[in-house]
Amino acid sequence: MTPLPVSIAAAVASFLLLLVVFELIRSRRLRERYALLWLLTGVVLLALSVWRDGLNTIAGWFGVETYPPAILGAIGALFILVVLLHYSTVISRLSDQNTILAQRLALLEQQLREGATES
Amino acid sequence: MAELAAVPAPPRDAVLAQLGELKRLAIVPAWNEEESVGRVIDEIHAFDPGFDIVVVDDGSTDRTAGMAADRGAHVLRLPFNLGIGGAMQTGYRFAFERGYDVAVQVDGDGQHDPAQLPAILEPVLAGEADLCVGSRFAHGSGYQSSFTRRLGIRVFAMVVSAVVRQKVTDTTSGFRAVNRRGIALFAADYPHDYPEVETTVMCVKHKLCLREVPVQMRERAGGASSITALRSVYYMTKVLLAIFVGLFRRYAVPPEEDHHR
Repeated sequence: MTPLPVSIAAAVASFLLLLVVFELIRSRRLRERYALLWLLTGVVLLALSVWRDGLNTIAGWFGVETYPPAILGAIGALFILVVLLHYSTVISRLSDQNTILAQRLALLEQQLREGATES
Repeated sequence: MAELAAVPAPPRDAVLAQLGELKRLAIVPAWNEEESVGRVIDEIHAFDPGFDIVVVDDGSTDRTAGMAADRGAHVLRLPFNLGIGGAMQTGYRFAFERGYDVAVQVDGDGQHDPAQLPAILEPVLAGEADLCVGSRFAHGSGYQSSFTRRLGIRVFAMVVSAVVRQKVTDTTSGFRAVNRRGIALFAADYPHDYPEVETTVMCVKHKLCLREVPVQMRERAGGASSITALRSVYYMTKVLLAIFVGLFRRYAVPPEEDHHR
C-alpha cells in the first residue's frame, strides 16, 4: 500500500499543477489548446493519488508489489514525454510559418521599394 | 419548414432604406471554396450593391482568392491557414481600420443565403442588438446533421444559455451582423478555433446586446465541412474549458476609438 504521506504530497502537487495551469489560462498566458494535455496530466495524477486502491491495482497489473507510488512517477514521466513530443510538433509548425512570413515580408518590401523608385 | 415560412422576415426595401449611407461590409471567410465563393459574392451584391465585400482567404490552395478578386471583392490572403477564428478576426480588423459601421459574416461555402440578410440586419439597424445571430433552430426546424454534431450543438446551447442568462439556440451559427461596437470588440479580441460559441459569451460579458433571429440555411454548395466527428469531441472539451475559464476573467469593454489613417 502507498504510504499516506506520499499520497497526500502527490495529491497536493497535482492540485497545485491544476491551479497553476488554470491561472495561466485565465491570465491569457496559456492558450486552451496547449493547456489540455497539462490539465489531463493533473487530473490523472490527482485521481491516482487520492484513489489509493486504484493505484495499488494498477501497480499489481505491472507486477510492482513493493512500492506502488512508482507507478505515479511512471505515469507522470509518460505524460511529460507526450507533452514534449506535442511541443516538438508545435515548434516545427511555428518555424515553418515563420519562414513563410519572413519570405512574404521580403517580397512585399521589395515590391514597395521598387514601387517607390519607379514613381 | 412550414413554421419558418410563417416568420415574417423584414422586407428588403425597408432594411435597405435603414442602411442608407452607412458604411457596410460583408466579411466572407473562405478556405478552398473556389466553387462557391463567386456565387456568394454575387448574391450579396444582388441583395445590396452598396455592400463592400472582403474575402478572407485562409491559406487556400485553390483559386479562391482569384475568383473573389475577379468579382470585385477585397481579398485578404493569409500566408497560411490560421483557422476560422484567426481568419474572421482579420476581417474584423479590416472593418475596424476602414471605419465600417456595420459588418455581416457570410460563409464562403454558400450555406448562408444572402437573401436572408434583412433578418439579421434589422435588429442591429434598429439599435435593438449589437450582435444579431441567424439561428437554424430558433423555430425548431429539422436540421439534419451527424449525431455528434447535434449533441455538441445541444450541449453548447444549454451551457451558453446558462452563462449568458438568455435563451440561445444556435451557438455555432456564423451568419451574423454586428454594429460598430461589435466590430471594435471582435477586432480587439477574437477566440481562436470554433469561435462562434465563445464570441456569443464574450459579447454578453462585454455588455453588448445579443439577439437571435430564425433563418434558414442551405446545404453546402461546395467544399467539405472542416469539422469531423472525432475532432468535434476535442473541440467541445476545449470550448467548454474556454467558457469555464472565461467565467473567472474580468472583462473590459474595449474603447471604441477609431484610428483612421
